[in-house]
Amino acid sequence: MDTVFIKEYIPMYAKAAELTIVLGGLGIAFSLIAGLLCALIQYFRIPLFKRLVNAYIELARNTPLLVQLFFLYFGLPKAGIHFSSETCAIIGMTFLGGGYMAEAFRSGLMSVDKVQKEAALAVGLNHRQALMYVIFPQALAVSVPALCANAVFLIKETSVFSVVALADLMFVAKDLIGLYYKTQEALFMLVTAYLIILLPVSVLAAYLERRVKYAGIGN
Amino acid sequence: MPELGIRVLFMGNNLQRLFTGLWVTVRISLIAVLLSMVFGTFLGLAMTVRNPLVRVTLRIYLEFIRIMPQLVLLFLVYFGLSKAFGINLSGEVSAVLVFTLWGSAEMGDLVRGASNCVPKHQYESGAAIGLNRGQVYRYIILPQILRRLVPPAMNLTTRMIKTTSLVVMIGVVEVLKVAQQIIEGNRYTVPDSALWVYGAVLLLYFLACWPVSLFARHLEKVWKN
Repeated sequence: MDTVFIKEYIPMYAKAAELTIVLGGLGIAFSLIAGLLCALIQYFRIPLFKRLVNAYIELARNTPLLVQLFFLYFGLPKAGIHFSSETCAIIGMTFLGGGYMAEAFRSGLMSVDKVQKEAALAVGLNHRQALMYVIFPQALAVSVPALCANAVFLIKETSVFSVVALADLMFVAKDLIGLYYKTQEALFMLVTAYLIILLPVSVLAAYLERRVKYAGIGN
Repeated sequence: MPELGIRVLFMGNNLQRLFTGLWVTVRISLIAVLLSMVFGTFLGLAMTVRNPLVRVTLRIYLEFIRIMPQLVLLFLVYFGLSKAFGINLSGEVSAVLVFTLWGSAEMGDLVRGASNCVPKHQYESGAAIGLNRGQVYRYIILPQILRRLVPPAMNLTTRMIKTTSLVVMIGVVEVLKVAQQIIEGNRYTVPDSALWVYGAVLLLYFLACWPVSLFARHLEKVWKN
C-alpha cells in the first residue's frame, strides 16, 4: 500500500463521496414522497390513478437503474427531452425508489386493521384526521424496516451514476486505476469510502427497527 | 422524428442480437442463483450454529457483502484480484463469482430467517409422535421452511437479474453493450435510434423479471395459510 498516494487522493474521494451523499439523500427524499403518494393512491383506490400507479410500480421494480439511466440520459434526448447528469440521476433514483418505497408504505397501510379506521370515524374524526392521527402512525411503524432497507439499497444503487457522466466514487476509483495503475490503493479507498457512508446508515436503520418493533396497539 | 427510430430494431438481426445479449445477463444470474441456493443453504444452516467464532465470522462476511454496492464487489474481483494476486478472471467468471458470493449471503439470511421461524414445538411434537430426526425434517420442518423460502428466493432471483446489468461496466458484452453497438452502427442512417433501442432494453429486462415477480407474489398468496 502506498500511503503517500492514498493521502494525496483522499480529497478527490471526499468530493466524490459528497456527490454520492447529496444525490443519494435527495433521491431518497423524493422517493419517499413519490412512494407515499403512490401508496395513498392505492390505499384510497382512486380510479384510473390506481391503475397507473400499479403499472408504474411494476415497471420500476422490475427494471435495473442502470438501464433506466441509459434510457433517460441517452434515449430521451432523441425525443427532444434533455436533462443534465444530476437531474437524470435524481429522476432515475426517484423513479426506481418510488416503486420500492410505495410497496413499503402500502404493506404498512394494509397491515392496519380495518377496525382502527371504523373506530376513528365512530369517535367523530373525519377521513383526513383518521388517516393522519390513527392509521398513518401505525402504518409507519410497520413500514420502517422496509423503508430503511430501501434507503440503504438506494445509496448502494448510486454506484452506477458514473454512466451518466457524474464523477462519483466508482468513477474516481476507475480513473485512478487507469491513470496510475494503483489498483489496490484505489480499491481500498473505494471500499473505505462506501463503508464510511453506508455503515452509519445501516446502524441507524437497525436502531430504528428495534425502536419500532414494539410500537403498535397493545404492546 | 421518433417514428423512424423504431425500424432499427427490425433491421437485420438486431432484435435477435438484443435477445442474445439479454441471455448473457440471464445466464450469469441463473448460474449464480443456482450456486447461491446451494451455498446459501449451507451458510444459513451454519449461521444457526452456536459456536461464537463461526457466528461472528459469518456475520462479518454477510454484513460486508450486503453493505457493499455490487459494482464495488465486481471491481474488487475484476481489477483487484488480478493486481493483488495475479489472478486474471474474465468478466463473466468474475460476475458469476461476485453474484454467487452476494447471492449466498442473501440466501443464507433468508434460510436463517425461515428456519428460525419454525417454532420449537414443531420439532418436539414430531419427535413425540415417534418420528426420528430425519423424518421430522423431511415431513415437518422442510415443507414449512420451503414455503417461507421460495417466494423471497424468487424475488432474489429477479434482483440478481437486474443487478447483473452491471456486468457491462467490467467489459462483458451483454444486452446494453449490444444496444450501444446497434446505436453506433446506425448512427448515420438512423440518428434517433437510441430512444427505441434503450427503450427495448428496458422492456426486455421488464419481461425477464416481471413474470418471476408475479409468480412469487402468487405463491406467497397461495401459501399464506
